Amino acid sequence: MKPGREPRKHPIQRLMDNPWWLLFLGIVIPTVSYTFWAWYEVLRMPQGTLP
Amino acid sequence: MTTITADGVLPARTPAGNHLAGAVRSCETTGLPLCAVSSRFVRWHAVAAVVFLLIGGIGAILLALTRWPAVHLLNPPWYYRVLTLHGLNMLIFWILNFEVAILYFVGTTLLNSRLYSAALAWAGFLLMIAGAIIVDIAILSGTSDVLMTSYVPLLAHPAFYLGIILVAVGCLLGVINFFGTLYIAKRDGTYEGSVPLVVFGATAAAIIAVVTLLHGAAAMIPAFLWSVGLMDGVDPSWYRSTWWGLGHMSQQVNVCAMVSVWYLIGTLSVGSKPLSETVCRGAFLLYILFINVASAHHLLTDPGVGAAWKIWNTSYAMYLAVLASMVHGFTVPASIEVAMRGKGFRRGLFGWLTAAPWKNPAFSGFFLSLVIFGFGGGITGVVLGTQQINIMAHNTLRIPGHFHVTVVGGTTLAFMALTYYLVPLVFRREFPARVLCRLQPWIFGIGITLFAIGMSFAGSYGVPRRHWDVEFSGALFATGFDSGAHVMLGLMGIGGVIAATGLFLYIALVVAAVFFGRSNAGAGMEPWHTERSGGEVARPGDEDEHHTPGTLVLTGIFLLSFVVYYFANWKWLSDVWHVR
Repeated sequence: MKPGREPRKHPIQRLMDNPWWLLFLGIVIPTVSYTFWAWYEVLRMPQGTLP
Repeated sequence: MTTITADGVLPARTPAGNHLAGAVRSCETTGLPLCAVSSRFVRWHAVAAVVFLLIGGIGAILLALTRWPAVHLLNPPWYYRVLTLHGLNMLIFWILNFEVAILYFVGTTLLNSRLYSAALAWAGFLLMIAGAIIVDIAILSGTSDVLMTSYVPLLAHPAFYLGIILVAVGCLLGVINFFGTLYIAKRDGTYEGSVPLVVFGATAAAIIAVVTLLHGAAAMIPAFLWSVGLMDGVDPSWYRSTWWGLGHMSQQVNVCAMVSVWYLIGTLSVGSKPLSETVCRGAFLLYILFINVASAHHLLTDPGVGAAWKIWNTSYAMYLAVLASMVHGFTVPASIEVAMRGKGFRRGLFGWLTAAPWKNPAFSGFFLSLVIFGFGGGITGVVLGTQQINIMAHNTLRIPGHFHVTVVGGTTLAFMALTYYLVPLVFRREFPARVLCRLQPWIFGIGITLFAIGMSFAGSYGVPRRHWDVEFSGALFATGFDSGAHVMLGLMGIGGVIAATGLFLYIALVVAAVFFGRSNAGAGMEPWHTERSGGEVARPGDEDEHHTPGTLVLTGIFLLSFVVYYFANWKWLSDVWHVR
């Protein structure tokens, strides 16, 4: 490493130092895994009919 | 006056920060910079939080005395009304107000930054208060007995949904203000390197709060439109899955905030430093990415979603968040052990623990919170979240038995503990009746533990949750539960009375300190208590940051308890569910 240059950060450390990326991933992962998947399953359920 | 070591909390920072002239003071006790604008909103949100805690606490004792069959205090309408009131005031209004106070405090104090926007803070605060008052009035007027979940097609008064929406928007403004503070602190270079661990934990809580509040809006806005007649109806299954994005994710905000408070109190009380910054941050990262999917636990018996969705969200993905909790469960006490051993308290496995500053109610409250949350809440949470076992436990008292040791014995007790620093440092008032202060965390912690044990084991007998009369008095056919369940319900009632005593004592002490406490302005905080004297002279190697034999033993006991409880439940399942 050349003198005066900051050591290169590990990608995970760079991620943890960036609240905006964390916010993005923190919203996307549970929304896809929990919410959208659940909505897909619920909405594709056929309507029940009364006997 | 005392000086509190804050090495583990303070980042390397520029001395000036980005405060406006005259809008910051240096804490006489910690040396931390306290932003005047931020401190004002910390105080307002903390006071509001305690008021809602009082309302929820009154509800708590009424409910405990109703579910205790020997007392059976309230009639059915008031039971369900008070249950609605209790849930929303405790799980939403008290905790969210306190969490916004924490976000403002750590975002400005630990980053040496001014608050991003006072106008945003005012708007957020007023919306949260107005919304909560509207909800409470809607409930007490008898028009919204829909319980906290407000499952459609149960219909509440439109004001009920509107109030919750206002609270959510106000809280979201508080979270945006926190992110704005992170932005200007970074832009103005008020700190160097990464943010401190406590701020990182608060950031995790804020991110989870955003997801929570978006789900709240997605569930509540259609319900509101339906209640005023602008929509024909809301699909119950869709609503349940969306609502739990609010209901359970909000509890994950609590987990992150609580763990951050553990680290903060560890530093303030014994000068502990995180055992490994990278590992601790990695655990918070796992929370951000995976803890929210745990909301699926609530739909494990729901026919609208399939087995793949249930198993993925409550097992494979969610166990990464469990791993994070186990990391914190080790690193928090281990950092205390390292700090205490470094001070010379190294006799035997637990000399560091017995010599800890137990007369400091912040420390005792924090450590009780850690134990109650870990042993009670953590173990039961994973077991109840297992799909097969959940079939036995769903909608029984085991579920509230679980969350009363996570949210109440864990989060609420941790927040109570933090108050013993918050009031002297931010309000600059000393607590009176210090003997009572020292007793308070124990009374509350023991009470809520007995309460949750009673609830959980009554639930194991099949006693349902959210039920006014499990004996079905007056029914044509004799029904009810055997005497073992009643013993447990009695234990629940006694524990509830003890916990409520600890809660009301806390409120009385806080009110006495804030309004009548001796001012410590200019002098610094009077110390609660330091470690017991008599520590041996520190030797080379005592400060070894990985020498934690006592914590390893505690961890082994925890894991053993986990295994026993887990397999006992599988055994029980095999007894009641014969598969041939």
